[in-house]
Amino acid sequence: MHAARRATSPAGRRSARLAALLLVPVVALGACASSDEPGVPLPDTETTDAADTTSDEGPLVIYSGRGEDLVAPLIEQFEEASGIETEVRYAGSAEQAQLLLTEGESSPGHVFLSQEAGALGLVGDAGLLTALPEDVLGSVPEAYVADDGTWVGITGRARVVAYDSEQVDEADVPDTVAEIIDPRWSGEIGVAPGNASFLAFVTALRLTEGEDGAAAWLEALAANDAATYEKNSAILEAVNTGEVQLGLINHYYWYSAAAEQGAENMRAQLKFGADGDVAALVNATGVGILGGGEGRADALAFVDYLLSEDGQTYFATTEFEYPLVPGIDGPEGVPPLDSLNGPEIDLSDLGTVVESAALVDEAGLTVG
Amino acid sequence: MHPSPVLRLLALLSVVLVATPVIFLGVQLAGQPDGAAWAALWRPRTLSLTLNTVGLVAAVTAGTLAIGVPTAFLLARTDLAWRRGWQVLTALPLAVPSYVAGFAWVSLTPLRGFWGSVVVLVLVSTPYVTLPVTAALRRADLDVEAVARTLGCGPVRAFRTAILPQIAPAAGAGALLAALYTVSDFGVVAIMRFPAFTWAVHTAFSGSFNRALALVLSVVLVALALVIVLAERALRRRAAAPGPVRVGAAAPVRLGGWQVPSTVLLAGLTVAALGVPVATMVVRSVVSVAEREAELARLGEAAVVTVLLGLAGAALAALLALPIGILAARYRTRSVGALETATYLGHGLPGIVLGLSMVYLTLELVPGIYQTPLVLVLAYALLFVPKAAGSVRAAVSQVPVSLEQTARTLGRSPVGAWFAVTGRLAWPGVAAGALLVALTAMKELPATLMLRPTGTDTLATRLWQLTDIAAYGAAAPYAVTLIAVASVPAFLLSRHADRQADPT
Repeated sequence: MHAARRATSPAGRRSARLAALLLVPVVALGACASSDEPGVPLPDTETTDAADTTSDEGPLVIYSGRGEDLVAPLIEQFEEASGIETEVRYAGSAEQAQLLLTEGESSPGHVFLSQEAGALGLVGDAGLLTALPEDVLGSVPEAYVADDGTWVGITGRARVVAYDSEQVDEADVPDTVAEIIDPRWSGEIGVAPGNASFLAFVTALRLTEGEDGAAAWLEALAANDAATYEKNSAILEAVNTGEVQLGLINHYYWYSAAAEQGAENMRAQLKFGADGDVAALVNATGVGILGGGEGRADALAFVDYLLSEDGQTYFATTEFEYPLVPGIDGPEGVPPLDSLNGPEIDLSDLGTVVESAALVDEAGLTVG
Repeated sequence: MHPSPVLRLLALLSVVLVATPVIFLGVQLAGQPDGAAWAALWRPRTLSLTLNTVGLVAAVTAGTLAIGVPTAFLLARTDLAWRRGWQVLTALPLAVPSYVAGFAWVSLTPLRGFWGSVVVLVLVSTPYVTLPVTAALRRADLDVEAVARTLGCGPVRAFRTAILPQIAPAAGAGALLAALYTVSDFGVVAIMRFPAFTWAVHTAFSGSFNRALALVLSVVLVALALVIVLAERALRRRAAAPGPVRVGAAAPVRLGGWQVPSTVLLAGLTVAALGVPVATMVVRSVVSVAEREAELARLGEAAVVTVLLGLAGAALAALLALPIGILAARYRTRSVGALETATYLGHGLPGIVLGLSMVYLTLELVPGIYQTPLVLVLAYALLFVPKAAGSVRAAVSQVPVSLEQTARTLGRSPVGAWFAVTGRLAWPGVAAGALLVALTAMKELPATLMLRPTGTDTLATRLWQLTDIAAYGAAAPYAVTLIAVASVPAFLLSRHADRQADPT
């Protein structure tokens, strides 16, 4: 069920890299001084003069905050369909955002594909993303587009409550934010307070319940002795082993774990949020074109491909994520996006994540 | 005799290079809005995080000493059965990445939080103490102990007064490495859910995108690492200089009835530190139902890349460490001490911050090498120079200066005399330092993720990618291969400690 991994680049380029690596000791030991002319070939570090480049020199360089095993097959499909050559750099979305901020305008990257909106907002606020064409922005509902038009949502990821089916009945599992902080779950609920998707959820709470309401909710969660984890996959693992009864995660983590362990072997099950409640928040993955990719036809072609029927269907069928382009079938076995009917908020507002983190911190939940 | 100006210049250059990442921290902090840094620092949470990390460092250091010194005694001074085998097995935990060990212990036991972090960190870093103390015990001047015994001291008191001072510098150096490792480790505390400093840095960067906070916390970490280094220096100054001449082999202590308990103890440690992680990974791999294409070719390539990068980083680190280590061994002056301490500046930096500083500095100074393997090799060298410098210092200080002076009087040039005498006698120690760097670099993750050439994977980066999507079955072969590959330098290190017994 899970997409099998394939090599992202042709074998030739790989062995060239290997050869370059073999040179390293020689270079490092013998030629420390001649750093202007390193003995290592530089396939992808030419810095494109952003403003007036219209030709696509060299391969399209994609900075991906989404895992290689998730998107490499899709990028390969894109290469086959378009004849465009790509080079993909993988790391977490937040790390990529920090990398892009540090590189600034010298970044060799052309496109930033992100696991969540907050990282795109951060890079966009630093002026490192370029405005996308109107027709691209118009292809998904307005709530999933940056206010300044610098990034566009690709897929939706629902916040869900994972529960240990051996300890808890499905009917008892909370599906509203009010029920989540019920004292009966004291010590039995896992959260990842430093994780970007939890912070996006807190921002949504602030937007719907007000600052005081969100603060009160977080304090109640802390008073309930919530167990704090580093990330979603660790929470799911804890629910799956019965360490905690409930965990707040994103829905698709369950599907990749089920692909690994067999769906029938999963102790952890999911409950989706109730209609209109913040517990049913749908967060977006998205893409933006970096300054270095401005004017590149291949960068735009890649964004278009992600929003095409092929691209959208790929995420729905292999990752169980919600297509954001209207009219494309949603993932099987997952409640449809319309029925989730999450809270009425604009994802661009999720950029105020630093304030959310401060609130979490004051409640005594986070480690930061 | 004064150090040659060339040597001092080289050492200074090395230190400047090692300290460059700290420049990035300064530049970035200066660019933050006024007061943001102070506001970030002056929170009650900063204090509780500091106390957490300090407590963790203290407990892990104590634990590594409590296990490492007796283990070293068993290996060096007793008639323990299968001693050579244990020598290797007690070194191999160095090859286990802390995040793999942490994951295994969390899967198998309810250990979490502070004590969970302590157990795993002690298990993986005890060899830092065991190896040098074993070597030091072999070198120790046993006549002093014998004399103490004949003067009526009991065995314990004789050991304490005659042997302990001789192994204290080695134990201190090992404990220092374990302590610094604990300061900068992120993998274990994250898995164990213990709110330590590195976790806070990571959260500030990746969850709340609060760069000012992340940078300020990093400065605190660097300061913390320096405090630890200075504490170790102070202890070392008080300890006796290691005796250069080893006096004949003493008869090993007969374990007698202690033979079985000792063996059980070592076996237990080996199971905990090596068996648990490897077995967990193998089981995860077997129970996985995911259908994946075999990744053999890719695994092989990642292994080759990991080894090459590790070796290159080790070679460069040893090169940079040579002038510093030689100075530190030969001239115990204040300025040399300051230079040696400064090499640790980069060591307290979290990998992600070191990675970002290398990104910044490379693009500012030598954009041509950005995202080439060279930058990664340089990062490994900068991160791990102190590890190599310690070994160089220890190795060189064992070679009597008089030998080198004799060579000079026989007409050798200073450099010629050094290579003919000191270099030849000290090189195994220098190589051991490089091995330590190589195996640490092979396991390095955060800086590697940030700096690797686009499209290049090491075993650690691939392992991270697969565990991040909960594909533990597919990740297992990478974890096992990484342990296997890093076992080679760990094995060679154990042999090095062993050879200290035979005068060369």
